[in-house]
Amino acid sequence: MWEYSDKVKEYFFNPKNVGVIEDANGVGEVGAIACGDALKLMLQVDPATDQITSARFQTFGCGSAIASSSALTEIIVGKTVDEALKITNQDIADFLGGLPPEKMHCSVMGYEALRAAVANYRGETWEDDHEEGALLCKCFGVDEGMLERAVRNNNLTSMEQVAQYTKATASCSTCAETVEEALERINAAMVSEGVLDARDAFVAGALPPTRRAARKTSPLVELSALATPAKLTTVQRIRAVEEVLSELRPVLQGDGGDCELVDVDGNKVMVKLSGACVNCQLASVTVQGIQQRLAERLGEPVRVIPVPAGH
Amino acid sequence: MKPVYLDNNATTRVDPRVVDAMLPYFTEQFGNASSIHAFGADVGTAIRHARRQLQALLGTEFDHEIVYTGCGTEADNTALLSALETQAGRNEIVTSAVEHPAILALCAWLEKTRGVKVHYIGVDSRGRLDMDAYRKALGPRTAIASIMWANNETGNLFEVETLAELAHEAGALFHTDAVQAVGKVPMDLKTSEIDMLSLSGQKFHAPKGIGALYVRRGVRLRPMIRGGHQERGRRAGTENAPSIIGLGVAAELARTHLEDENTRVRALRDRLEKGLLQRISHAMVTGDPDYRLPNTSNIAFEYIEGEGILLLLNKAGIAASSGSACTSGSLEPSHVLRAMKVPYTAAHGAIRFSLSRENTEEDVDHVLEVMPGIVDTLRGISPFWDGTSATRSAFTPTYA
Repeated sequence: MWEYSDKVKEYFFNPKNVGVIEDANGVGEVGAIACGDALKLMLQVDPATDQITSARFQTFGCGSAIASSSALTEIIVGKTVDEALKITNQDIADFLGGLPPEKMHCSVMGYEALRAAVANYRGETWEDDHEEGALLCKCFGVDEGMLERAVRNNNLTSMEQVAQYTKATASCSTCAETVEEALERINAAMVSEGVLDARDAFVAGALPPTRRAARKTSPLVELSALATPAKLTTVQRIRAVEEVLSELRPVLQGDGGDCELVDVDGNKVMVKLSGACVNCQLASVTVQGIQQRLAERLGEPVRVIPVPAGH
Repeated sequence: MKPVYLDNNATTRVDPRVVDAMLPYFTEQFGNASSIHAFGADVGTAIRHARRQLQALLGTEFDHEIVYTGCGTEADNTALLSALETQAGRNEIVTSAVEHPAILALCAWLEKTRGVKVHYIGVDSRGRLDMDAYRKALGPRTAIASIMWANNETGNLFEVETLAELAHEAGALFHTDAVQAVGKVPMDLKTSEIDMLSLSGQKFHAPKGIGALYVRRGVRLRPMIRGGHQERGRRAGTENAPSIIGLGVAAELARTHLEDENTRVRALRDRLEKGLLQRISHAMVTGDPDYRLPNTSNIAFEYIEGEGILLLLNKAGIAASSGSACTSGSLEPSHVLRAMKVPYTAAHGAIRFSLSRENTEEDVDHVLEVMPGIVDTLRGISPFWDGTSATRSAFTPTYA
């Protein structure tokens, strides 16, 4: 039997806010019966204040799924939708006094349902999320957006954790390679933003012990140690980005590839990889390299996003 | 209310008579059976007696056909590895998709590391073996066919006699994992074509940590554990005398209770099963109701998840188990239910009740009393349930 905390047991045996809100104005439905868990979250939001006045849920799933759903409703009632959106799955787990690692996906389901319900309240189309990326894991319906949120909110850096938090790869595992690449990409972005230590970042194919060994003899620059020059104007920023790219392009061209700047939007730098860089297995390493150089030059975290050719 | 234990396919309570028989062999008669002095000789005599008791339960003719092991898993591993090593030119295994991990994990490892070809024979929706596929898979390359006698989750029985004959027609050995069947199904191995059979003491009121492999006379056995001459050199290591003696007593008790298992226990199981199906809608028995162990009932409750049921049962003092994903640490329903293609609306809510001779009518009544309320509670929380019948259409998840 799982070692559930007393709070999880309490919220499973006597769940609060079970049921339906007939006139709910924010409804989020995530999961599926085939996946083994599903959650329908219903919110009553005061349109004048954006405050969540009532929240109820219906859940199909294990004890911790029911407890997580109930905990979520307790956490968000009284908050405005903006405040509610600030909570993460970790807050749900913390509220319950922790969840077993294998059960963290229950808290992620709650978090995803909340986002869906708020999107519904605001009249946004939650399904559009799928345009961020197709489903990575078809068995459990995990798309890139959901994966990225789970990875970022919980600092996930291993495939085992990804399975525990999202269930991705846990069934047929045919998506393992795709999910590995996505995790590597997201971790790399987190590193360049300074929210993850480069030595902890997931590298597809590398064994965890290798990374642990690297920790002792870090050859990498600490992002926090980087100089922070005065804030750049937009034009200066774009110019700096162009400079970095023009320095790097000969290197890429030497390998038969190339990289063009497409757009700069805040801390996001869109680039187009071409030639040998397209489909190169090391493309994510390339992107990571560009990101690192840009972060050094701009003195602030940036995220390099490769856009497909034709954009 | 006394706790109700209905998880006997997981493990059983050691019979107090078994414990009594074992105790002297820890403190007074603690000798090593291999020793020449009286301490050892007495233990040797007791082990020989225990072997005869186990032989009687299995219906075997020769005492050297029984090789004691540390558990059922060790017996399974020994059988398959030996079959590959003793038959040059035969490098394939035929088994089923619903075997215990003791077979499946070993087969996966053999495929990966030794290039052994393994044929996993599927089952139909009732869990019955695909006999055509089994026949086709057997051939001149088959070293061994290994099919369980009874399935641990559904209780389904397999036609091991027929399967053994078919394996022999292909010149292959036949092994059966009979861990769930021994003590519940009458056996007479001396008239059987079965070459090897695995059993585990803890499934019939002997302690954990003792098992045995039956190896029919004339079947070559390559030991998995080498060392001393114990078990005629086929399983080295000082005999676990107290447990072997306990297993002997447990075997004798099982033999005397065999009829009880197949009449009274079966009737209790049927009462439990019928009672639950009468009281709870949208529930279905998984497996083959016409051909299964007398003690096992696996019922899938639609639109709810097994772990919640088990937690609430546990709170009511009832121990059962589940083939659902959430209780096992994996994220999928059991490989057995998946192989049977149990509808996904139900597979997550499958509960296994497994009885023993120690269960009573009161136990069954208690389950019948609390189970409907438990299912109602969880269905009341489930988004797929509208109060009377399931309405999956009312729930449209944004990703599925």
